[in-house]
Amino acid sequence: MTEPLLDLDGVSKSYPGVKANDDVRFSVDRGEIHALLGENGAGKSTLVKMIYGLVRPDTGAMRFAGAAYEPAGPVAARASGVAMVFQHFSLFEALTVAENIELGMENPPPRGELAARIVKVSKEYGLPLEPDRLVGDLSVGIRQRVEIVRCLLQDPRLLIMDEPTSVLTPQEVEILFGTLRKLKSEGVAILYISHKLDEIRQLCDRATILRHGKVVGTCIPAEETARSMAGMMIGQELAHPVAGSFSPGEKLLSIEGLSLPALGQFGVPLSDISVSLRAGEVLGIAGVAGNGQDEFMLALSGERTCAANSIRLKDRDVSRMGPTARRRVGLQAAPEERLGHAAAPAMTLSENAFLTGRVRKGLASNGFSKPSAIEAFAKDIIKGFDVRTPGTATLAGALSGGNLQKFVVGREVLQEPVVLAVNQPTWGVDAHAASQIRRALRDLAERGAGVLVISQDLDELMEISDTFAVLANGRLSPVRPAAGMSIEAIGRMMGGDFSVAESGGEHAAP
Amino acid sequence: MDLSVVDPVALFVGLVAAATPLLFAAIGELVVEKSGVLNLGVEGMMIVGAICGFATAVKTGSPALGFVAGAAGGCVLSLIFGVMTQYLLSNQVATGLALTLFGLGISALIGQPFTGVKSPTMARLEIPVLSEIPLLGRLFFSYDIVIYLGIALVAAVWWFLKFTRRGLVLRAVGENHDAAHSLGYSVVAIRLAAIAFGGACAGLGGAYLSLARVPQWTEGMTAGAGWIALAIVVFSAWRPWRVLLGAWLFGGVTILQLNLQASGFLSWLQSLGIPAQAQYLSMTPYLITIAVLVVISADGSKARSNAPASLGRTFTGSG
Repeated sequence: MTEPLLDLDGVSKSYPGVKANDDVRFSVDRGEIHALLGENGAGKSTLVKMIYGLVRPDTGAMRFAGAAYEPAGPVAARASGVAMVFQHFSLFEALTVAENIELGMENPPPRGELAARIVKVSKEYGLPLEPDRLVGDLSVGIRQRVEIVRCLLQDPRLLIMDEPTSVLTPQEVEILFGTLRKLKSEGVAILYISHKLDEIRQLCDRATILRHGKVVGTCIPAEETARSMAGMMIGQELAHPVAGSFSPGEKLLSIEGLSLPALGQFGVPLSDISVSLRAGEVLGIAGVAGNGQDEFMLALSGERTCAANSIRLKDRDVSRMGPTARRRVGLQAAPEERLGHAAAPAMTLSENAFLTGRVRKGLASNGFSKPSAIEAFAKDIIKGFDVRTPGTATLAGALSGGNLQKFVVGREVLQEPVVLAVNQPTWGVDAHAASQIRRALRDLAERGAGVLVISQDLDELMEISDTFAVLANGRLSPVRPAAGMSIEAIGRMMGGDFSVAESGGEHAAP
Repeated sequence: MDLSVVDPVALFVGLVAAATPLLFAAIGELVVEKSGVLNLGVEGMMIVGAICGFATAVKTGSPALGFVAGAAGGCVLSLIFGVMTQYLLSNQVATGLALTLFGLGISALIGQPFTGVKSPTMARLEIPVLSEIPLLGRLFFSYDIVIYLGIALVAAVWWFLKFTRRGLVLRAVGENHDAAHSLGYSVVAIRLAAIAFGGACAGLGGAYLSLARVPQWTEGMTAGAGWIALAIVVFSAWRPWRVLLGAWLFGGVTILQLNLQASGFLSWLQSLGIPAQAQYLSMTPYLITIAVLVVISADGSKARSNAPASLGRTFTGSG
């Protein structure tokens, strides 16, 4: 047995309030395609950033090719033979393919020679490139080729790929896999990060599964089913829903055949979403990131309007209304991105309170704002939701993530919405603040509102939801009662197989 | 009307000289903007270059030393801007405007004892044989050395940006400073170097005004040339040879306007009932700039417009 190419021994990394990686141990052999599998926030990105020298581990040791490996930065990592293709490319749009590649090399050959090498190497690996094209004119798939060829020209020994297929068409995925297999046959090790289980089964020799920053299992993907791997990824224990007291009232929100085209080139179109939400109900919507969550949220908040009669609030058609009009009738939203979307970072807390509370809290009259009312509203939020801040004049951007999130959720909850939609309410928030936020959402539902929670944290959804659905590829599964959902069923629904949900019967009858 | 006053050869020779201060300032600003920095202080750096150059030339009696001092003056002033925007992360637009006001003020202060003084003149570069060719000699070989230097500088900048690795890195920094940083390039150091180069060029342009064009010192003598240089950079779509074209166009309009006024062309138009004014002529370069901008931005993709994508954005170094 030869020594592995890369060996991680008890690597840990903490950020304030969260342990991103905890005692991670695994190894990658030469000529192996090794998958790193885990949900969003499981610690995959932090781990590969440490291997690529962008982040330094707190404790633990790494070995590369038989020697201690402590890269001071990406340049040192590249010099050791570690190359990385980022999920969001580091390319220059106004420069040509050849210029982009030259910029990523330490000692580039003269221009003419480099162009010839690009053509040769890119053909050899089945990723043909034209060196003189402007990167800005290329499709996303071709841009990724530029990044890969940039890595290949430096003869890497370990190639890290961070969710490479999330931006590719199925045909491009096939081409990429061909290239990776060829590299493997030449002895290059590939660390492949993904949460697409089918791809990993097709491509990878071994998989290491991360959950909450810890290695929870290793397997040979070819011998596993997508379902069993999803089980390891999600974990075996799910909290039991607290929704014992669930007794739904009148129908508040009904969505019928909601479809929206994709937004931007990375967007996902929503197709024919139908769901309803009743008073006192918390509906949890799960799904892997990038399956239409952002688009669905924009459609609910009114930032994107949709076809008439597709969204109704208590028999009133709100589909064509903008965000302010929707707030006025009681459909409110708290988006995922705290800084810049849910709150304006450079404005004070009272100003931020005014921004969404103006209509429902009557914070303005005749075009003038009412400073004392705004102040009182902001103070209510701070007091009611335990927001740790010196005062209402603090800038929103100065608050910690958890505190700002409590403020953002509190601001909507205190306006007593008819229906509240929240996306990732506790993303990046410490455990204590997270439980306060969940409690507040439950309480809101108990007061007779409808709450729709989009989240990638299954434990969270199981804890607070009465009913449960999955968003996969822009489609929404049928709604099922959250109690009694099995890991297996959720795993299949996340993969786009909704038959489990359908056979589970109709909407949870009280 | 007497159009015979307008001699085409004299017109061309005049416009090349009139364009030279603009050419220096604009080619310097082009390099600065290509690195992603918008320095609106060109006017200030020019006028400081003008007085530093003039004062040095008068004291030493050497125009050549004057040009060196002009470049140094502009360079020092630009580095104030550089430190403020690159290390202290101040807003580039506000800092650039402040630099112009500061430059105008300090040049007036330094220049007080020099008002009305005559500067030593520069010898014209008499290239033997070539300058004696009948028409071509006057057209191409009758200028002072600084004019040739300006054209050579355009060629050098073009070559540097297009063919050298350092030029490529400079463009990359202006295009996407976060990506350049993650590839391991020092964004701040590269931008400071570009800012210093731009300052030196603007200073040279100013010195040419006070030492060769006018040649004397008057307060505020740049009279907006720095702003025209900024317009030329946009007009040129950040391409060096088009900067030369733009500078000649703007310089040409100035000269043409003076000549047409002298020829009585305007009063002839007025006698025909056309309400022509000299100001209309002065406006045309700016109108052309606006038209070019509209055409560029109507043409879709940002990459094609050739504007550096990080232009004017503050780099915080956290990328």
